[in-house]
Amino acid sequence: MEPAKTVHVNQQPIIQVKKRKKLTTDRWMSILFLIPSVILIAIFVYGFIGWTGYVSVSNWNTIVPDFSFAGMKNYLYLLNDFRFQADLRNTLAFTVLFIALVIILGMGLAILLDQKLVRGESIFRNIFFFPMALSFVVTGVVWQWILNPSTGINLFLKNFGIEPKWYTDTNILAGFEWGKIEFGLPVAIIAVVIAAVWQMTGFALAMYLAGLRGIPDDIREAARMDGCTEFQLYRKIIIPLLKPITVSVIIMMAHISLKIFDLIYAMTGPGANFVTDVPGVNMFETTFRGNYYANGAAIAIIMLLSVAIFIVPYLWSNRKGES
Amino acid sequence: MKKFRILLAFLLVVSFALEACNNSEKSTGSGDGKNNKESSKAAKLEIFSWWTGAGEEDGLLALLDLFSEEYPDIKVENAAVAGGAGTNAKAVLASRMQGNDPPSTFQVHGGEELNASWVAAGKMEPLNDLYESEGWNDKFPQDLIDMVSKDGKIYSVPVNIHRSNVLWYNKKIFEENGLQPPATFDEFFAVSEQLKDKGITPLALGDKEPWTATHIFENILLAKLGPDDYKKLWTGDISFKDDRVVKSAEIFAKMIGYINDDHSSRNWQDASQLVANGEAAMNIMGDWAKGYFVNDLKLKVNEDFGYVVTPETDGYFMVITDTFGLPKGVKNPDDVKKFLGVLGSVEGQDAFNPLKGSIPARIDAEVSKYDEYGKAAMDDFKASKLTPSLAHGSAAPEGFLTRVNQAVNIFVTQKDVDQFINALETAAQELK
Repeated sequence: MEPAKTVHVNQQPIIQVKKRKKLTTDRWMSILFLIPSVILIAIFVYGFIGWTGYVSVSNWNTIVPDFSFAGMKNYLYLLNDFRFQADLRNTLAFTVLFIALVIILGMGLAILLDQKLVRGESIFRNIFFFPMALSFVVTGVVWQWILNPSTGINLFLKNFGIEPKWYTDTNILAGFEWGKIEFGLPVAIIAVVIAAVWQMTGFALAMYLAGLRGIPDDIREAARMDGCTEFQLYRKIIIPLLKPITVSVIIMMAHISLKIFDLIYAMTGPGANFVTDVPGVNMFETTFRGNYYANGAAIAIIMLLSVAIFIVPYLWSNRKGES
Repeated sequence: MKKFRILLAFLLVVSFALEACNNSEKSTGSGDGKNNKESSKAAKLEIFSWWTGAGEEDGLLALLDLFSEEYPDIKVENAAVAGGAGTNAKAVLASRMQGNDPPSTFQVHGGEELNASWVAAGKMEPLNDLYESEGWNDKFPQDLIDMVSKDGKIYSVPVNIHRSNVLWYNKKIFEENGLQPPATFDEFFAVSEQLKDKGITPLALGDKEPWTATHIFENILLAKLGPDDYKKLWTGDISFKDDRVVKSAEIFAKMIGYINDDHSSRNWQDASQLVANGEAAMNIMGDWAKGYFVNDLKLKVNEDFGYVVTPETDGYFMVITDTFGLPKGVKNPDDVKKFLGVLGSVEGQDAFNPLKGSIPARIDAEVSKYDEYGKAAMDDFKASKLTPSLAHGSAAPEGFLTRVNQAVNIFVTQKDVDQFINALETAAQELK
């Protein structure tokens, strides 16, 4: 669209006039075209967030709507609820384990592939990346079978005398009393982490591989010339240079893990003693099975806030970076 | 020129959008008032259910066929929603009811699942006149009519009956070990001890969905309180701190000591399979388990597996009943009543139930059409005291049931009676 910019210095004022004129038409057009989507997003995203917030402070806890003001009642109920406290514990454990493993495995595999030690790198890349293409529901069902304590991988592990109970285990590692629950790392959540990591590692791998490609070879050469060992090269130079990738991976994985629903729902459900329950599953069951609409809305708002804690600083720093 | 074309494109998009809005307005607007007559001619009779499984779908289709034979002019649409043992259908129903777009009639468990929800919301029509004109008031047991009524008004027509308080056992295991199926809790624990010594899991449970555990608990409650006081729990007349409830919780905790380790990875079918394979000796499940044993696992009643009532509930019948009602604001209430008429008739119930594997809700149905188990259950149904099931939504509102399921889910792992009773008591505040 833009005309080729072969302009002389003394012609500049004319061009500026032209540009401004063009801008106004473009602006006018773009505003016209933006209006429908802005209206739709305003209603269907922000409007409904507002509506959810409104429901969360109402008394609508049966099938009959009741919008009288309830204050913080629903939030207080949740904070005192065994199930919701368990949700917070599980989400925390899941998020930390999941992000850590995805980064370690993703980066490790990317670095190995980047060594070009083996041929057919693209084949391996695709193999690792492929689970990403599956739905979490498929992953959940498959891993539910694999990790089923009586029919799954245990049939093989039995030969070595180990029979983990996987997602049916109700033990809490390093547990201590906290509120109504035992806080710690629920063993059952590890099974869910395995499935989630299996699916998402390929994504981190692809991100890191792209990042490694972006690091010019002369930096490596220079470091080697200065007598850097390969280990030092990665520890001191490459991995620090990959920091923006790591931040992106953390943000993306955090928003997946904080909102996770489908994987858990397909794989384990809330689990015995709520060892694999997460806010998403709790929200669904509270709202659409129990008809506690206000309680469910409160869970949704807390989930939104927890994701916002991760996303907002990220967006903020991005904005600063751009300007 | 370019500007003009873009503007034209924009206007086109807007006009399409407006047109779409306009259309939907027209179609929703037709329900109220003016062109009512016109639309009732075209309105289909939409039968909403979650019957999509093997036997139940056959039963529903047989029922619809029977209706079409009697009323060939009325178009019927089978609007079944699959999945989730009805939870998907209930979510769809909730959004349609709240959006004032009810199906012509819908499946709902008799009792609080209907009374505390759509009846309380004022969205159902009473059916007393239909019961009068069809002469149903003495054809259904009074306990059952009470279950589908609120304040003297009857709101739905029961089509089938399932029984909750049944204990299924593997015949071979019991015979080989010289055991008798237990009639009391003491016998249950004695039998379980012997089985455990032999390395057989005494009781199979699959509580991936926690209602299966609640299902066991409700039958212990029934045994310990008796039918009258059991019902009083749901009206708040008897507290959950009652000694007999505490005793029930203790028995429940003891029973859980005899279940399979991997219970939380199984659903009820998987648990029934343990009994079928001989890995476990007994399970407590509604009599839809018979359909699963016979149709899916090809086992024979009283040969491969046997059944007795759950301990200490002889003479009681824990009822799960599917019913259909008439929502307010449907376009063709007369057609719906004709359908309910067929549904509640002997022919309708005998077309549906043998295929579904349930027994008829009427007491005058044709006994010869039912299998051995069905015949026995029909006799019991007539002679027993009927009580509404908690685990299946008939005894108490869904909200309370959700809380109970949560408490049960925690209890199965922690076996902490005091905490359990407190949780039930807290939840019960909502019942009053």
